[in-house]
Amino acid sequence: MTDHELDPATAGAPRAPRRRRRVGRLSGRDKAVVAVLLGLPILLDLAFIWGPALGTIGLSFTKWNGVGSLSTKACLPNVPSILSNGCLYGVQNYHQALTIYPEFWPAVRHNLIWLAVFVFFATPLGMFFAVLIDRGIKGSRMYQSILFLPVMLSLALVGIIWEFMYSQNYGLINTVIGHNHNGNAIDWLGNPKLNLWAVLVEATWRQAGYVMVLYLAGLKAVDPQLREAALMDGTNAWQTFWKVVFPVMRPINIVVMVVTVIESLRAFDLVYITNKGINGLELLSVLVTSNIVGETQRVGFGSALGVVLLVISLVPICTFLYLTFRRESQPKGAR
Amino acid sequence: MTSPRIPQNFERPFTRRGLFKGMGAAAAFATVPGALAACSSSSSSKSTGNSGSATAPVTFGSNYSDASPKAAFAALCAAATAAGGPKVTINTVDHNTFQTNITSYLQGTPDDLFTWFAGYRMQYFAAQGLALPLDDVWAKIGGNFSAPVKTLSTGLDGHQYFVPIYNYPWVVFYNKSHFAEKGYTVPTTWDDFITLCKKMKSDGIVPLAFADKDGWPALGTFDILNMRINGYDYHQKLMKHQVPWTDAGVKAVFDQWAELMPYMQTGANGRIWQDAAKTLEQKQAGMMFQGTNQVAAQYVSDNAKLDDLDFFQYPAINPTYGQDYMDAPTDGFMISKKAKNAAGAKAILEYIGTAAAETTFLKTDQWDVGVATGLQAPSYDAIQTKSVTTIAGCKAVSQFMDRDADPAMATAMISIIQKFIDDPSTGNIAGLQNSAEQQAKAIYTS
Repeated sequence: MTDHELDPATAGAPRAPRRRRRVGRLSGRDKAVVAVLLGLPILLDLAFIWGPALGTIGLSFTKWNGVGSLSTKACLPNVPSILSNGCLYGVQNYHQALTIYPEFWPAVRHNLIWLAVFVFFATPLGMFFAVLIDRGIKGSRMYQSILFLPVMLSLALVGIIWEFMYSQNYGLINTVIGHNHNGNAIDWLGNPKLNLWAVLVEATWRQAGYVMVLYLAGLKAVDPQLREAALMDGTNAWQTFWKVVFPVMRPINIVVMVVTVIESLRAFDLVYITNKGINGLELLSVLVTSNIVGETQRVGFGSALGVVLLVISLVPICTFLYLTFRRESQPKGAR
Repeated sequence: MTSPRIPQNFERPFTRRGLFKGMGAAAAFATVPGALAACSSSSSSKSTGNSGSATAPVTFGSNYSDASPKAAFAALCAAATAAGGPKVTINTVDHNTFQTNITSYLQGTPDDLFTWFAGYRMQYFAAQGLALPLDDVWAKIGGNFSAPVKTLSTGLDGHQYFVPIYNYPWVVFYNKSHFAEKGYTVPTTWDDFITLCKKMKSDGIVPLAFADKDGWPALGTFDILNMRINGYDYHQKLMKHQVPWTDAGVKAVFDQWAELMPYMQTGANGRIWQDAAKTLEQKQAGMMFQGTNQVAAQYVSDNAKLDDLDFFQYPAINPTYGQDYMDAPTDGFMISKKAKNAAGAKAILEYIGTAAAETTFLKTDQWDVGVATGLQAPSYDAIQTKSVTTIAGCKAVSQFMDRDADPAMATAMISIIQKFIDDPSTGNIAGLQNSAEQQAKAIYTS
């Protein structure tokens, strides 16, 4: 219906009665089904996604420690926090986050580094594994299982496994390279210059396997005749992949891209397991949690950080939605 | 190893129980008017604090989730019942989950009694009306405790809210055989301490085992240096932000620490304290400054030689304060404002606040000590016996930064002190102090 309305040639007076008649043709049962099928998801969406999101935005303008109720009074300046609670705080939370909260900008930077490593390293690595295995090299099933194994482990478990690798005095890596003495030990998880990269290795270890499986499924679905035709035309393996197979796999590429962005923005588990996301491992998701979950809560401040994360997440989400809808409407426009 | 702790920390916050408690709290804010009315009418009858009956059963929310304290706690409750108190149902929650959920727990449907900590950490919840005043309990048990212990149990409004059970000192540990073998002597002044550290370093030993991956252990070093240099009152004022973090006294603490840093185990931010304790056990390190609750406990769990372990008080720095103060964190119990059977809960606390109860609780404990005046339980080992005399010899004991200060400030200091450990140079200190002060302003005042 949308494309009719968009088309000036077909828009006009005769349109409306037809539409009404079409709706009128629905029986009472049809209407009930439509109401349930449409109403229920909308209700759930409002209750569990829009409700909390709007609630968070509202809370981000308050100062509240989770005790007692919220009021619409403005916070009193220069009094102890405990006496000025549940009050309206204006944009102070945002102001504090951007100016005096020392963890904020490192967290933003770390989130971006995380995204970059996933986009430019973990995902291509997974694709590379998938292509290699798809070529049917010897023992491909075994490699497939080994590379997929980390995906089946929870991220919490991945963090613990790597803790054994990275531990300064007792870890595998330092022991093997002989750097496990008190004088020369490499502090993989404690040195703020190293630990983000150490954790990104953990994350990549898992993410590459995940992308590999998604990609492998896509590759299996590619019509073998396309490759044969390309081979007949005399292309080499490189050209076959980039010029023939890769473009055919557009749907799977989009899925992989979305998964990559989502996984890097929601990164939390690994750093939380490693050191609760402090000392060089700050991420926005961790800052939200550490301010809201805990003994003395800074609900308003944590909500403000949550809103920042929401705004950042909206960029890839909007881009994805725009691309998807454009893709769907394009063929119709071409007709 | 310590890794088993980690999944606990991580996964338990999302247990069903924790979730329900959170939901309970959410429901308390957002229930239909009818339910809300029911809620308020029931709580108003309880706020008098004398509801219920001293013989009706009570519930006890416990964070003593590790096997050994859990068993000791069960024995304590059984003894309280046997001594004429009501029957106690214990609801144990993993200790990290318990602490994380405390706000929603106390506002939801809390147990009658719950385990908690002394200091500002107790006062914070008492001041917001989430705990029941225990003045009548203290009228009965007050004689069992010294004046400083009563102060620890007192809220900002002057009423008591807390009954303590045990504490433990933060001191410098060493292996007796190691000191005897190398001919080291226990230092009592800063100069002796540094000389000893130098000697150990030249002997190829790490002078001070040190770990701060969890963030909080190094707060202890800050606390003790602060109390040695600036005294107890300054510490309390700083924790309440009555002294700015940019003060010269704070700079003196960091400067003193920077002098000691070359003798502390490197890479502390990546090491868990359990691993640091192991280096002390293996005599790779000569000393370690932490609580008996950690070091002695680690010796026990590693089957290391506990009888070879000894400790001394942190050496004196400023002669005005000598070795007068230390961190001795105290754990104990409180009654929630929403308790269904406050009278029964008070009967239990009246028993717990006795030397006999503490003796029962500490029967299997090899590192904590009771707080009743002069208690020397028959089960005490050498560490515990010495702990009692050491704590008794202090003019005042503090609770630890995360118990004396607003916990949000302690969290901010964790990050600042980790940055200091990474770069203890003089140029870095002023920036860290400024950052601490800016965050303190945001946390303590609006």
